[in-house]
Formats: sequence, structure tokens, C-alpha cells
Amino acid sequence: MSAAAPGTSKAAHGEAGPKKKKGPGALATAYLVIYNVVMTAGWLVIAVGLVRAYLARGSYHGLYYSIEKPLKFVLWAAENSFFPYLTVFSVLSPNSGIVPSSVVLTGFQVMSRVFLTWAVTHSVREVQSEDSVLLFVTAWTITEIIRYSFYTFSLLNHLPYLIKWARYTFFIVLYPMGVTGELLTIYAALPYVQKTGLYSVTLPNKYNFSFDYYTFLILVMVSYIPLFPQLYFHMIRQRKKVLGHTEDYSKIE
Amino acid sequence: MKHYEVEILDAKTKDKLCFLDKVEPNATIGEIKSMFHKSHPQWYPARQSIRLDPKGKSLKDEDVLQQLPVGTTATFYFRDLGAQISWVTVFLTEYTGPLVIYLLFYFRVPFIYTPKYDFTTSKHWVVHLACMCHSFHYVKRLLETLFVHRFSHGTMPLRNIFKNCTYYWGFAAWMAYYINHPLYTPPIYGEQQIRLALIVFLFCQIGNFSIHIALRNLRPPGSKTRKIPYPTKNPFTWIFLLVSCPNYTYELGSWLGFTLMTQCLPVAFFTLVGFIQMTVWAKGKHRSYLKEFRDYPPLRSPILPFVL
Repeated sequence: MSAAAPGTSKAAHGEAGPKKKKGPGALATAYLVIYNVVMTAGWLVIAVGLVRAYLARGSYHGLYYSIEKPLKFVLWAAENSFFPYLTVFSVLSPNSGIVPSSVVLTGFQVMSRVFLTWAVTHSVREVQSEDSVLLFVTAWTITEIIRYSFYTFSLLNHLPYLIKWARYTFFIVLYPMGVTGELLTIYAALPYVQKTGLYSVTLPNKYNFSFDYYTFLILVMVSYIPLFPQLYFHMIRQRKKVLGHTEDYSKIE
Repeated sequence: MKHYEVEILDAKTKDKLCFLDKVEPNATIGEIKSMFHKSHPQWYPARQSIRLDPKGKSLKDEDVLQQLPVGTTATFYFRDLGAQISWVTVFLTEYTGPLVIYLLFYFRVPFIYTPKYDFTTSKHWVVHLACMCHSFHYVKRLLETLFVHRFSHGTMPLRNIFKNCTYYWGFAAWMAYYINHPLYTPPIYGEQQIRLALIVFLFCQIGNFSIHIALRNLRPPGSKTRKIPYPTKNPFTWIFLLVSCPNYTYELGSWLGFTLMTQCLPVAFFTLVGFIQMTVWAKGKHRSYLKEFRDYPPLRSPILPFVL
């Protein structure tokens, strides 16, 4: 990836400044700790919101409304802190127990969650009462609480084994659970998108362009077929690397 | 004359792959690659990367053994670059696709549009003009590949052909679909817009061709020398005063012309993506010019005068 400064005539020979590889300073660590604490708290708010709404209503229909705002907040925070976060994070000490995950995969995950939340659930009111929404929100919530506390503790160099284990084990159930919820939600949105022509552009028009959101959603669903196994097996490989020893497998049973 | 001994180790496993004795001191890396190929027929020279250091840069085919920092027993490290395909093959394939695909849409071949439009032609003359321009552009590229360009590298990794063809063929189909659509809307400003667009397009096509000829003339046949390009008598090359890679500048101009001519958003997207990629290439090229030539003209920018 080229990081060259713009090629104005003033630019002398070569890039702007040497590239140094070093761990994060105290300031960067403080920023990262605060960021991860805030994110853990954000997802905890969602978890608490879900539980409270369930207890208040006695059923789990329509719990989306109770957590809509905190969910949008955590995704906004993830999107906007994502790049500076990862740039620093990727050079953390190797002894922290963190296996640096691929930038592309994590970025992709943030994007797909933003898509599910805004472009599907928020945009198609009729699916907001579907149980499938609860399914993926729950999966995301549990995953993210564990993941952000994992980062927080790692940064403070006090990572309880339980959190490490949970992070690299819960996904085995939570990923398929989340994917199922996501796919069912998109599927539920299809008839409404087709009926209303949501986000779609038809010919003729002066830009000579067309877009069929209905077809696009179907393609998104199809894309899960190659993409989900890659993400899933990536995590399984990470699990082997991080948890490694065979004694751990007997602890699970 | 002292002969050298050459041993070739795998860069990753450090296994001894090959031992050559009685190698001439003036043997080139290219010749050593051929000798290595004899003992390992599956690794033809184009897919061999030979280096002095397992993690170092590849040595060039022209490098001479006795001029390298090695003793009389030279140790080289080998890395397999994977299956290779020639640049010419890739270019011909990736450019023939758009030429053919666009014509399929232009002639409204069945299964693209509603059956009642099959094999009909558009009533807008700009659509015919666009087809001529698009076809001309790719025919020009094919002919340049066969007769003009002098490539520094013979080959590239095989997977590139799939990536490149997907890009060119995919975009060609996407653009052609709308331009040749029965519901196509011609440019708002009509004849004026189309005429201006055509002038821009033709000007940039000639410009781009002039640059390709100028670059070819810098390099004697069969050589891989690199020299600073300078303006020639041809006015279209005077842009070298301001830009390192004017072939990309003119290419951008051509596609801007085509976008204006067709007033089609997918064409604008294609132009934008192409511009981004060409900027990356231009910056890389500009940087290597600066590295290689101490006296490189300071006024030049990579792709857009003064700006980028």
C-alpha cells in the first residue's frame, strides 16, 4: 500500500518520514483502554436494555426499539474509531496474548453490521418486530462484550484466562446464530423492498443508471456463502493458535 | 579463468535445491536460471526469484555473477513466484473482452434486453458514435500491445489475468448495458455536449498514442533500459514538461470525454476507479524516476500538472 505524500514539485526524493515500528506509548494505550471500556459499556447497555425490556413486556417481541439508539451509537463509535484504533493496535506487544486479526476482516465485519442495522432493519420498519432481529442483536451483544473486555484487559496486561477462552470459544455458537438472524432478517425485508422499490432507481433517467435494491439484497445473502466460512474458519485457526494446548479441550466438556 | 560454484537454496526451508559447478564468472542470473530449470523442469525461469538473501530483493536476469557480492562459491536463495503468464497474453485477453462484449450489447443480442428489442438498433446517433469510440479505443490498445509497447517484465502471476479480466470485462458489460439500452437518455445539452466530448476524446486518444510512441523510442528493441522521457517535436508530448506519466493523464482525459459523451453514471464510475488506479501507478513510477535519476526535472507531477 502506497503511503506517499502528494507528488507536488516541492516533494524531494522519497516518502515523508521514516516508518518506525514500536509499541504504543502511554498516551496511545490510555486512548485504547478508554475506547475499549466505552465500547464494552455500550454493548452492556444494549444487553441490559434487552433484559429489562423482556422483563417489562414479558415477551421478546419488539425488543429492537428498546436498544435501537445504543446499538446505532456503538456502531458509529466502531466505524469512526476503527482506523486510528487498528493502526495503533496492530503494533501491540506480542506477549499480550492478542493475535492481531486481519484488518480487512474486522473492517468488513463493522461494515456488514452497519449495513444490517441501517440499510435493512432501520430502513424497513416491518422487519423491526421480527424475532430474527433479536437473534443477531443478541449474538452481536454477547460477542462484543467479551471481545471489548478482552482488549481492555489485554491492554492492562491482566487478561483472565476465562475471557481469553470465552472470546475464542463462544463464537462457535454465536457466529452461526448471528448469521442466521441476519439472513432471516434480510429475507424478511425482501417483499417490502420489492413492493415499495426502496433505494431503487429505474430507467429511464438522465444519468442512465439503475439499481435494484431487491436484487442487491439477494446478492448480499448469496455472498454469505463464500464469506461466512472464511470468517468462521479464520476464528477457528486463531483459536488453535491462542488456546493451543490439547488439555483445554477436555475443560470444555 | 576461475570457475564459480553456485548453490541454490530454498528461501523458506533452506534446503539445497541445486548445485552447479564450473559456472563461468561472466554468467548472468538469466543463464543460471536456465541451468536451474534443467534440474527442476517445473520451475521455468520466469517463475524463479533468485536472491542473495532469503528476504531480499530479486536479482535481475542481466546481473553478472562476478559482479555480485559473492565468493567463488555463491549461495543464492530461490522463491517460486507461482505460475506466470506473459504480459502480452494478459493485455490481449483483457482488451479483446471489452471490444467483443460492448458489441454484443450494441447489437442487442438476445437475453439482454426485452425480446422485442433483440437485434434492433438505437435511434440515438450518439449511441452509434459511442460504440465507434469505445471500439476504436480497444482496437488501438490491442494494436499498441502487439506493435508499440516494449515491456520490462516478460510475465506476471497467473491469477492477475482473472483479476484484470473481471475488472475490464465486468465494467465493459455494465457500461454497455446502459448506453445501448432501449430506454437510454441522450446527453442533456445534445449536439454541443457530444461534439465537445468527441473532441476531448479524440485529442486524448492521439495524445495517449503519442506518449506510447515516445516511450517506445526511448528504448531500443529488446532492451529494458530506462531513460527520462522528454518532450519531442510532437506537441502532444510537450506535456512531459509537467507530468511524469502523461499516458495516464491522456487516458483519464479520454474517459472523461466518453463520460461526457454518453452521460452515463457507470462510465463515470469506471473513469473514477481507473483514475485512482492510474494515480497509484503514476506515483510509483514518479518515485522510481526520482530515485534513479538525480537530475530528474523538479517541475513534474506524477499524473496531474501541479496537482497530483
